[in-house]
Amino acid sequence: MNTLLQVRDLEVEFRTYAGIVRAVRKVSFDLKAGEVLAIVGESGCGKSVTAQSIMRLIPTPPGRITGGSILFDNEEILAKTESQMQKIRGNAISVIFQDSMTSLNPVLNVRTQITEILRLHKNVSQPQANARAIELLSLVGIPEPKTRMKAYPHELSGGMRQRVMIAMALACDPQLLIADEPTTALDVTIQAQIIEVLKNIRQELNTAIILITHDLGVVAGLADRVMVMYAGNLVEQGTVDEVLCEPLHPYTWGLLRSLPRLNMGPEDKLKPIWGQPPDLLLPLDRCPFLPRCEHAMGICAQDRPPAFNGQDSHSVNCWLQHPLAPRTRRPQEVG
Amino acid sequence: MNNTIVEVTNLKKFFPLGGGLFKTPELVRAVDDISFTMEAGKTLGLVGESGCGKTTVGRTVIGLYKPTAGKILFEGTDVFTAGKAKKTQTRRQMQMIFQDPYASLNPRMTVGDIVGEPIDIHHLAKGKKEHQERVQYLLNLVGLNPDHINRYPHEFSGGQRQRVGIARALAVEPKFIVCDEPISAVDVSIQAQIVNTLEQLQEDLHLTFLFIAHDLSMVKYISHRVAVMYLGKIVEINLSAELYAHPVHPYTKALLSAVPIADPPLERKRKRILLEGDVPSPINPPPGCCFHTRCNRAIPICKEEIPEMQDLGNGHLVACHNYQ
Ligand SMILES: Nc1ncnc2c1ncn2[C@@H]1O[C@H](COP(=O)(O)OP(=O)(O)O)[C@@H](O)[C@H]1O
Ligand SMILES: Nc1ncnc2c1ncn2[C@@H]1O[C@H](COP(=O)(O)OP(=O)(O)O)[C@@H](O)[C@H]1O
Ligand SMILES: [Mg+2]
Ligand SMILES: [Mg+2]
Repeated sequence: MNTLLQVRDLEVEFRTYAGIVRAVRKVSFDLKAGEVLAIVGESGCGKSVTAQSIMRLIPTPPGRITGGSILFDNEEILAKTESQMQKIRGNAISVIFQDSMTSLNPVLNVRTQITEILRLHKNVSQPQANARAIELLSLVGIPEPKTRMKAYPHELSGGMRQRVMIAMALACDPQLLIADEPTTALDVTIQAQIIEVLKNIRQELNTAIILITHDLGVVAGLADRVMVMYAGNLVEQGTVDEVLCEPLHPYTWGLLRSLPRLNMGPEDKLKPIWGQPPDLLLPLDRCPFLPRCEHAMGICAQDRPPAFNGQDSHSVNCWLQHPLAPRTRRPQEVG
Repeated sequence: MNNTIVEVTNLKKFFPLGGGLFKTPELVRAVDDISFTMEAGKTLGLVGESGCGKTTVGRTVIGLYKPTAGKILFEGTDVFTAGKAKKTQTRRQMQMIFQDPYASLNPRMTVGDIVGEPIDIHHLAKGKKEHQERVQYLLNLVGLNPDHINRYPHEFSGGQRQRVGIARALAVEPKFIVCDEPISAVDVSIQAQIVNTLEQLQEDLHLTFLFIAHDLSMVKYISHRVAVMYLGKIVEINLSAELYAHPVHPYTKALLSAVPIADPPLERKRKRILLEGDVPSPINPPPGCCFHTRCNRAIPICKEEIPEMQDLGNGHLVACHNYQ
């Protein structure tokens, strides 16, 4: 498979009253065509800002992409003009958000919302657009798509609205679909339906998906690869099995130990990550996880850990992987 | 069980909706004839999709809503018919922790005032010194720095604010606390911190919890027993481990099968029971068993008769005509 998206040393800053928030700190990753990449991490770690950078949707000011490169289909996204970007957004790259109510236009019916995108990006007649819209609605599992075409957003349930948003995002056959917390606001039963829709899409359309979520369960069922972010940094990436079954970063260990496991006995306790969430005003010259890490060493305060490559595609930004570091075993309850 | 602290019998709570001078309001049947008991010092989990009535149960049980029908006994006292003095005393024993640590704290009050307010209202401290000592004791109890007594909510992280809410609830020395989605708004690593704190507090202070959450794996972890709600009704109750290992109600089965698990090999081979459609409106719930419109085991009787709660032994209750 060829590389669809190549992000190198991406840096994004926000100028705020409190100082410069370095929201994304030299993040690099690749996405192959048709692949599902999950970005996980706690709120504020830079997941959405990373995705917004790919779409060039960072609000400027206060934000600015200050470094790095984003190659999409071998073209530099960061060199494009706004009008070039408008041709890409909703077309080759499209996005769905958590909150379908604010992303859909409340005064337009489903048909108008979908066909408008088609008319904007593709040279189609209104009847062609209508036919395509019905096709899209059935693709995302909306029953009686013809009738639903006339519905307004408020007449639909949360799950149905989310499906309409996905249908809109797929209207122009994007090569890349960015789904930013697509199921976070939904009940588990509806979440399961939406996960099924997304699985279906990648099978039928071979669309590459960047899935942003903090739910490691959703990741396990949907993603091929995972990247874990902490305080604007990429701390670990690999296949979903590598990262969730054989994690290498103490933060990933901590995340997994914070979750109840199936095989827990009555006496087993959760092991939270102690301390507070990170401060993005902190300087760059150390490991971001240092203040909360049980395995911290002297070097962690002196230098930012580079990416150490493990087997295959698994890589981790942690000094414990250095040949001189003490050998540290993964906690037994993880993986 | 003679260790029962809360006993709820045939509780109903309907909200009028709309209406006008010459129009009868419609009724939202938020809680529709539910019964359960709670054992002192234990946690009962309450799960179900949003809108199924969990919050309404919690609020009605602790007396924030007046029930439409039914009875709530707290340590044998009827929460609504007791005399005024008894009522005040009983209500104090029952507190609530809310989902949103941002919205539930007054931003203009210091943490000391937020936690200390109930102490003043109920005259639980003599003099300024005792008051301050008590507030600092409470902050310490929930894992906050007692020196931060003069800080404002915005100076704390989401997880810390949730702790402030817990300290405030504990200020009046309650025996029973309704925890309404206390971890939904905080991050994974912080969720585990809060849950561990709640467990520790339960052990130290012998607290009874009604734990409402939509994270089913966390509910399993923290609860001794779990009740599953659908459209205002309880459909199944069982010991936590049992309920998750052997669900018998078709809705419980579907709900549990929808929960994703952070284990890729397992997740790849799991079979899901996908529920079709959406939850019906609580204004006009379907006749008979309210789940029959989405149920894969529905038989003719389900459309006609509301299933009675059946006791399968060991506190396992299920309301279904055709359970498995
Ligand atoms: N418009 C903005 N103005 C100022 N700071 C922002 C803005 N958008 C994002 N940030 C900051 O960037 C950081 C990363 O945010 P985000 O990518 O949205 O996190 P998440 O991982 O939860 O999606 C946050 O700490 C946030 O404060
Ligand atoms: N104060 C109220 N007035 C009218 N309807 C209400 C009120 N509170 C809750 N409801 C309705 O009652 C039902 C149950 O709500 P709630 O108890 O909040 O459910 P849950 O906590 O399970 O999400 C919902 O349909 C909701 O819209
Ligand atoms: Mg985000
Ligand atoms: Mg609720």
